[in-house]
Amino acid sequence: MQIEIRHIHKRFGSIQANDDISIVFPAGRIVGILGENGAGKSTLMKILSGFQTPDEGEIWIDGQAENYRGPQAAIALGIGMLQQDPLDVPAMTVMDNFTYGAPGAFWLGHSHLREQIQSTSAKIGFDLSPDQMVNQLSIAQRQQLEIVRLLALGVRTLILDEPTTGISSDQKEQLFHTLMELAREEGMTILLVSHKLEDVITLCDEVIVLRAGKLVGQREMPTTKSELVHLMFGQQLTEERRNERDIAQSNIVLQLDDFTVETQRLSVEPITLSLHEGEVVGLAGLDGSGQQPFMRACTGLMKGAGGRLRLDGEDMLGRGYGEFRRAGVAFGAAGRLEEGLIAGLTLIEHVALSQASDHWMGVLDWQKAGAEMQTRISRYDIRGAGEDMIEALSGGNQQRLLISLLPEQPRLLVIEQPTRGLDVDSVRAIWGQLLARSEQGAAILFSSSDLDELVTYSDRILVFFEGRTHLIEDPSQTTVSDLGHAIGGAFDSVQGEHVRA
Amino acid sequence: MNHTPRSLGLRLVFLVLPLLVALFVSAVILLLLNQEPGEVLRQAWRGAFGNERRIASVLNYWIPLSFAAMGLVITFRAGLWNIGIEGQMIMGAVFATYIPLYVPLPPILTISLSLVLAATGGAIWAVLVGVLRNRFGVHEIFGGVALNAIAAGISLYLVRGPWALVGNNNQTPVFPRETWLPTISDRFGVSQLMLILLVIAVLSIIFLMGRSRWGLQLKATGRNRQSALLLGVSVRSVSLSAFILCGALAGIGGAHRVLHTYHYLLPNVAGGIGFLGLLVVMLSGFHAAIVPLVAYFMAALSAGSTRFQTLLRLDPSLIDVLQGILVLTYVLFSGIQDRFFPRIREGNEEMKKEITTNE
Repeated sequence: MQIEIRHIHKRFGSIQANDDISIVFPAGRIVGILGENGAGKSTLMKILSGFQTPDEGEIWIDGQAENYRGPQAAIALGIGMLQQDPLDVPAMTVMDNFTYGAPGAFWLGHSHLREQIQSTSAKIGFDLSPDQMVNQLSIAQRQQLEIVRLLALGVRTLILDEPTTGISSDQKEQLFHTLMELAREEGMTILLVSHKLEDVITLCDEVIVLRAGKLVGQREMPTTKSELVHLMFGQQLTEERRNERDIAQSNIVLQLDDFTVETQRLSVEPITLSLHEGEVVGLAGLDGSGQQPFMRACTGLMKGAGGRLRLDGEDMLGRGYGEFRRAGVAFGAAGRLEEGLIAGLTLIEHVALSQASDHWMGVLDWQKAGAEMQTRISRYDIRGAGEDMIEALSGGNQQRLLISLLPEQPRLLVIEQPTRGLDVDSVRAIWGQLLARSEQGAAILFSSSDLDELVTYSDRILVFFEGRTHLIEDPSQTTVSDLGHAIGGAFDSVQGEHVRA
Repeated sequence: MNHTPRSLGLRLVFLVLPLLVALFVSAVILLLLNQEPGEVLRQAWRGAFGNERRIASVLNYWIPLSFAAMGLVITFRAGLWNIGIEGQMIMGAVFATYIPLYVPLPPILTISLSLVLAATGGAIWAVLVGVLRNRFGVHEIFGGVALNAIAAGISLYLVRGPWALVGNNNQTPVFPRETWLPTISDRFGVSQLMLILLVIAVLSIIFLMGRSRWGLQLKATGRNRQSALLLGVSVRSVSLSAFILCGALAGIGGAHRVLHTYHYLLPNVAGGIGFLGLLVVMLSGFHAAIVPLVAYFMAALSAGSTRFQTLLRLDPSLIDVLQGILVLTYVLFSGIQDRFFPRIREGNEEMKKEITTNE
C-alpha cells in the first residue's frame, strides 16, 4: 500500500512537533526516518498509526483520503506501529496479549489462535511460546510478539520506533532479516524511526530527515553516514574519547565483596569490585543477563542476596532505597515515564519535587522553582517550557530532564541506559553532565546496549552473560566487535578476568 | 503562550449542563410515578431552604459531609481509595462519646477534648488501613471495607452493651445538656464552632494542595508511586500522612454527629455520609475548592427528601435514585468533556501566572 501524507501539522503546548510535513511512502520499501530528539519523528509516526490526530493535514492511503482516529482504526486500514516501549500487558501470557486486540467472535477460538501465533512466528523466524508470561520475556521477544500480533491483524505497513534499543546484535540481525523479507516478498511498507545511523544504512532503501518539526531532506540509499549527520544537524560531529585520568589512587566509594543478587529467573554469581571516586564502570550484556537486578541491588531498590556491600566503608546490605539515597546514591531508570518522571506533572513540579525544601513549613516557592527550571532548561538544553506536562516532551528531552533532576554532587550514580534512544548530540550533552559529576568525585555505574558508548565512556567494563560476569580492565584495548562477542558469552575474546572470589 | 487550559466558561457549562440533564431525567422518572415534577422540586426546595430551621438542618448534614469529603480530597490526591472513611467517622463518633458520658469536666474542656479524641480515633482507624497497605500489601479498599465492618461492630457492641441506655438498646444515654455544642440560635441550630473549624480545614487543605511541598509529594505519589520514590519522596510516609489527616477530619465529622446532631451514640451514627463523601469528591472532579459546594448541594437534596415522604407519600429512597442519576450524568459528561475538549494542561493556575510574569 502507498501512504501519502499532506501538510501535517501538530502542536503540543508551546512545541510545534510537526510543521507542514508532506511525504509519500511507496509500497514495498523500507524508509528510515531520521532526526535528532524532538525533531517530530515519533509524533509523525503516532499520527500515522492513529495514536494521535493531526491538528491539520490529510493522510491518503492508496489514493484515497482517510480520516481515522485511534490505533484500532489505523490497524483496520493496514497501518500498525511497534512502540519504543512495547504496549503489552505484562501480567498476561503471550497468548492473552495476542488475543485481546484481535477482532472476531466473542468466544475465543484458542486452538486456532495458538496455531496462528506459532505459524506466524515460525514463518518469520521468531520463537514465541504462547503460554509464556509477558513479564518474563526480553524486550526483543516482546517486540517479536507485537510484530506477530500486528501481522496477524493484517497490517500492511509496519512502523517501528527505535526497535534496536535494548536488544542484542544477533536479535537485531534477525529483526532486520525479517523486515527485509516482509518488504521484498510481501510488499509491505516498513517505516523505521531510529537514531542509529548504522541501522538505517544497513536496512533502509530511502531516508527522510526531520529537523525541528520540518522535513529537511530525503535521500535514496546508499548514502554516507556523514551526509546523514549533516542533514540531521547541519554540521559534522567528531568522535571524542575521554581523557585518561588516574583514578586508582582515589577513595573507594562502592566496595562489593562476593556480592550476589538473585531473581526468580537468574542468580548473579558473586561479584567482587571496588568502585573509586571519579570512576565510570559500564555494564555490558544482553537484556536479562543480570545487570538490571545488579544495578537495583546497588541502590537498595532490591535486596542483595549475599556477600557485602559497603558505601564509603559503611555496610549497606539489606537497607532500603531511602537510606542509599541519603548516603548519596542516585538512580536513573531506563523506563523514563514508568520510573523517574511522573506523567501529569509539569516540568516545574518535577524540579520542585526533587529539590530540598528550605521553608520551615514546607511551603513551595513556585517562583524560585520556576527560575531554577529556567536555569536547567538552558543548561541541559531541554526543549520545552516549565509549565508543559512532562508527557508532552520528546523522549530525548524527558531524558535530559531526568538527568537534570539527579543530585548535583552524588557519591554514586547508577544509571540504566542513560542515552537510550537519543541522538548523537544529546548523547554528548548527557555524558558531558555525567562526566562533570564524575570529575567532582562521583562514581558512575551505567548499563548500555550501545557498545560504542560502553567502550567510549567506561574506565572499566563489567560484562554480564547469564549471571556470570567478566571484568574488562582496559576498554581502550578492546574493540567493539570483541565486546560484542563477550556479551554473547565468549569471555575469552577479551582480555580481563572473571570477577570471582 | 499557546496553552489553552479549559476556560472557566467551559468548566461552568460542564458543571451546570449535567445538572440540567439530571433534572430532566429525574422529571421523566417522577412523571412515570404519576408525580408532578414541578411540585416535587418545589417541595424539595422548601424542604431545603423553606425556613431557618430547614436551612440549619441542611447545614448540619453539610458539615460532617464536608469534613469527610475534604479528607477524601487528600487521599484521592495520593491515589488512595479510602473506602474506610465510613468506619473512620464511626470511630470518631465513638471516641467523642466517652467524655460527655462518663467524665464530668467543664463544657469547654469536654468539647475540645472530645474533638481531639474524635480526630485521634478517626486517624487511628485510617492508619490501620495505611499500615495494612504499606506493611502487608492489603489493598486499601479491602482493608477499608473490613475496618468499616469492625467499626460498625464496635459501635453496636458499645451501644448494646457497656454504654447502653437502660430500657433502650439502640442508643446510649443522652449527653448532659451542657456538653452539647453551642449553636448560633435556638431556631438556627448550627454549631458556630464546627463551621469555623470547617472553614479552617477547607482553606488549609486548598493551601496545602496547591502551595506546599507535601501537597506536591501527594500528587506525585498518586500519579506514579515508583517515580515519586525514585525522585526522593518517601511514598510510604506520604500515603500514611494522607490517611492520618483524612481519618482525623472524618473523625471530627463523626464527632459532629454525636456532639451536635444526636447528642448520643447510636449504631449507624455515620449514616452513609462517608460514602456520600466519596461521590461528592468525584463529582467535584477532585478539586478541593469545589467540594464544599457539591457537598452543600448533596446535603440539600438529602434534607429536601425528608419532606417527600410526609407530603407526597414518596419513598425517601427515591432520593438515592435521584443522586444516582446525578452521579451518572456527571460521569457521562466528564467523559464527553475529555473526548471533545481535551485538556492541554491542568494544574496550578497560581503557578502558571507567576511563571508567565517571569518571562
